[in-house]
Amino acid sequence: MIWLLGLLIGMMLAAAIAVLVLENHIAAVAATSIVSLALSVVFVLLRAPDVAMTEAAVGAGLSSLILALSLRRLGLWQIEGDKHPEIAKEGVDA
Amino acid sequence: MSDPELHWLLYGGAIGLIVIGAAGIVMGKHLFRIILALAIAEAGANLMLVVAGLRPDAVAPIITGGMIPEQMVDPVPQAMVLTAIVIGVGIQALVLSLAIRVYKAYGTLDMREIRLKMAADIDAEAGVDDEVSQEGPAGERPLELPDAVTSGGPGQ
Amino acid sequence: MRNLTSLLFAAGLAFFLLVIAARFDLGAAPMLVGDAILQEAPAETGAANIVTSVVLGYRGIDTLGEIAILFTASLAAGLVLGRRRPEASRDADSGAVLQISAQLLFPLLLVVGFYIILHGHLTPGGGFQGGVILAAAFFVPLLARPGTSVNHTGLSLVEGLAGAGFILIGLLALFQGKAFLQPLLDKGTLGMLVSAGTLPLLYLAVGLKVGAELAGLLANLADSEVDP
Repeated sequence: MIWLLGLLIGMMLAAAIAVLVLENHIAAVAATSIVSLALSVVFVLLRAPDVAMTEAAVGAGLSSLILALSLRRLGLWQIEGDKHPEIAKEGVDA
Repeated sequence: MSDPELHWLLYGGAIGLIVIGAAGIVMGKHLFRIILALAIAEAGANLMLVVAGLRPDAVAPIITGGMIPEQMVDPVPQAMVLTAIVIGVGIQALVLSLAIRVYKAYGTLDMREIRLKMAADIDAEAGVDDEVSQEGPAGERPLELPDAVTSGGPGQ
Repeated sequence: MRNLTSLLFAAGLAFFLLVIAARFDLGAAPMLVGDAILQEAPAETGAANIVTSVVLGYRGIDTLGEIAILFTASLAAGLVLGRRRPEASRDADSGAVLQISAQLLFPLLLVVGFYIILHGHLTPGGGFQGGVILAAAFFVPLLARPGTSVNHTGLSLVEGLAGAGFILIGLLALFQGKAFLQPLLDKGTLGMLVSAGTLPLLYLAVGLKVGAELAGLLANLADSEVDP
């Protein structure tokens, strides 16, 4: 069990650092979601199934949805390669 | 009974998440990243609480098949973390809607630009001439009270 | 300079937390309240899931405060975001595949959500998790058809009734001479669906309230007023 926990915690820390250093905002939101998902598996291994369910539903699901929706309203929803803001905006509206 | 490897792995992971999140909050230059860092610090705090109630040789605090197990992990921190996660998402939504308002008002989420624009706004509201800055070069700073302060004070 | 201060702060925080962690022995921390609850809970509340009996039975007022916080947060978010202008342009509808799968998903998610809420006293799960799934069930069709308007009045009605129900069950215990939010009714057999007295009803109220609040919040955020 300890190697699995080590793998998950390593993944969590790497994703947490990725949140701070990644350029793209969508990628940062995805990395936050990875932190929550790995954390929910860690909670299962720590015999906290209730907390794991909540973390999976809220942290990995709903929170990412809220972050993604607000990214759109903040005008930061840009896929890498969208250099022209007009194209990115059309992509959102269409 | 204690397993130092497991102990330091779990506490190290929780403390690592908290420290990464806190560093992101204080060093962040973009408001959205600061909100994400807040979520990470919160995840670390939740992990630390659950680890505090862990017994390595116990089972989950759920009775199955009518038998009460000998050793169960502490249910109180789990219940607290359960509510903390849901409160966290509510706070996150509130912070994000405030960030949307900031973006509507100033058109940017860069902390330094927001700070400058806010300072300019406050100066304008207070009637202070923002050309005369206290931090400007000494040669340009008037040595006596500028007119803006005496004429634009609250008495007007 | 500012970065240096921030790094010093982070290092100091890490040191402080590591000192705390070193003082705790894993698994040997004194759990006076936890041990007492583990021994008493199955007989006192009749819920097989002891976390549920802590959340609703032993710390019911805490949960009431928690849903109050959630309500305040969603209310404030709604106030800050404001209502959309009726003439604001909507996103175009998505394709047929997404719309039909959203219609297929809706009843399934609804069943899963209510299952998790109603089995909260037996298995892992409960009002918070199930409420989030209910919110997702109502939000998925909205994502597929951005043109549909959300019934905010209905959502606030469900939310208000659920919150009032939670407090009413608590007051009922008070009228019977017990403590506020103390579990009532027959405890039933441990592990059966109808057991644990009022705990499943309380969790149902929590689930409906959380679901309605989060669905309203998501609908508010998704209303993309295209900024000029």
